Amino acid sequence: MIQVEGLTKRYARQVAVDNISFEVNQGEIVGFLGPNGAGKTTTMRVLTCYMPPTAGSAKVAGFDVYESPMEVKRRIGYLPETPPLYPEMEVGDYLKFVAKLKRVPSGDVNRRVDEVAERCSIADVKDRLISKLSKGYRQRVGLAQAIIHNPEVLILDEPTSGLDPKQIIETRELIKGLAGDHTIILSTHILPEVEAICQKVIIINKGKLVATDSVDNLTHRMHGSDASVVVVDTAGQADSTAVQQRLEQVSGVSKVLGRHVEDSGFTYEVESLAGRDVRADIARVIVQSGWNLHELKSVSFSLEEVFLELTGGQAPQEGAE
Amino acid sequence: MRNIWTICRRELYSYFVSPVAWVILAIFAILSGFFTFAVTTSFLRYALQSQMQGGGGPMNVNEQAISPLLSNIAVIAIFFLPMIGMRLFAEEKRQGTFELLATSPISDPQIVIGKWLAALALYGAMLLVLLLDCSFFFIYGNPDWKPFVTGFFGLLLQGGCLLAFAAFISSTTKNQIVAGAAGFGLALLLWVLNWVSSFGNSDFLQVLSYLSILSHYDSFARGVIDSKDLIFYCSMIFLGLFLTTRSLESVRWRA
Repeated sequence: MIQVEGLTKRYARQVAVDNISFEVNQGEIVGFLGPNGAGKTTTMRVLTCYMPPTAGSAKVAGFDVYESPMEVKRRIGYLPETPPLYPEMEVGDYLKFVAKLKRVPSGDVNRRVDEVAERCSIADVKDRLISKLSKGYRQRVGLAQAIIHNPEVLILDEPTSGLDPKQIIETRELIKGLAGDHTIILSTHILPEVEAICQKVIIINKGKLVATDSVDNLTHRMHGSDASVVVVDTAGQADSTAVQQRLEQVSGVSKVLGRHVEDSGFTYEVESLAGRDVRADIARVIVQSGWNLHELKSVSFSLEEVFLELTGGQAPQEGAE
Repeated sequence: MRNIWTICRRELYSYFVSPVAWVILAIFAILSGFFTFAVTTSFLRYALQSQMQGGGGPMNVNEQAISPLLSNIAVIAIFFLPMIGMRLFAEEKRQGTFELLATSPISDPQIVIGKWLAALALYGAMLLVLLLDCSFFFIYGNPDWKPFVTGFFGLLLQGGCLLAFAAFISSTTKNQIVAGAAGFGLALLLWVLNWVSSFGNSDFLQVLSYLSILSHYDSFARGVIDSKDLIFYCSMIFLGLFLTTRSLESVRWRA
């Protein structure tokens, strides 16, 4: 649905996006992740034909953003970081205006306005002035204008920024509900959000593509393995090195790291080859050796850790860009 | 065509649901009312004088009341139109709605023409107020309607010109005050440019003087549609709108 190849965008003084390539398939929800100023908004602006790329190409639904922008614009719904609202207009009139602007046939305008108002739960404020709306409602009106022409591709720039927790959950549900009919790219710097809604994630940092993969794969691939934490109490029968050697002999285990040595037990982090669950084997070995197994759990690396590692330890910040 | 109308209608909607249009119309009504009163009074005094002294030339409402009134309005327009034009693009950029227009399936010229037409329509509404004032000339007198029509037509053309340039200036900034001040400065400059004709007779000064926006209005006020002036206004409008389109385009490249 979306193909980006070697996309570069240079401003007067800096390179905002540097030679990134990725692909998004039909019906996918993709999270666009990166610290502030990483080039997320710039990439989205290129995809929506707001600005042309300096080099490289981007195709939406088979149309190049530079060569046939009109075709691309018809197929895209875009919610910028600040919803593009006219404060002096009423919500209903505003949506009608956007519908006409997006070339919804005249006969369908009223029906579409009612539909999206229902879907975004703003039907009750249709007669209110936009300037009188709360932040949450404005965001939803912004989302409503993005989907009013039923676009194939939806591009949402930080759709949940500035909302309260309840509104965030509602907006996420709404976005999830839109998946399937629409291909969605959403940018965010809130990691749990990506884990909550997206199937695929694209991480960029300082304009460069750092990783692109499914959320599950990414957390695995980072370490090339699954990991488990084991706490063993030998009751004085063996020292920690002996236990470690014994664990290393279990088939499928790639690495054992000793973490703490305490009287109550030794803690190890056991990494195994991807896709192999070695917990049963570990448990058997420990029990057969006559030791006590206090704890055995598998841990997966959170996206947060992956993100920090990939972007060089720069913690994502909440708040304004 | 539908796109231009969509943009134009929304723009007019914004003018008329916010106080902008009403305040401008009210102030213009007061000013145009005063000017009508002033030219009528001086016309009557002149008429009385020539009667007392006996003889004198025949009086003409068109030449001695309506024409000076319309010329005065043309000057007032120089003060009003930058105010109407300054918000056209600066406001869209400031509140982020320009991003909506720029990512919709609509071309830059359509956006520019739609907005310009809306601003021109507001100016047209102002001229309707003036028409109301002028109706008294027709009720109590018997003026020729043809120079009257050309006068209004000329006002619209001159307004279109100023609005096209105001739109261009507005498209270069996010700040309405800057757009307003620069637009007003340019309008004033275009007005007084014909002064240079008295400085000498070189080709350069002649060209500068020719660019003066008000001197081209005189023929319209007298009831003449001179193709020279018509072409001047049309090409100025085209230039202003063309520059606006280009400026929007460059905003995207620089962003």
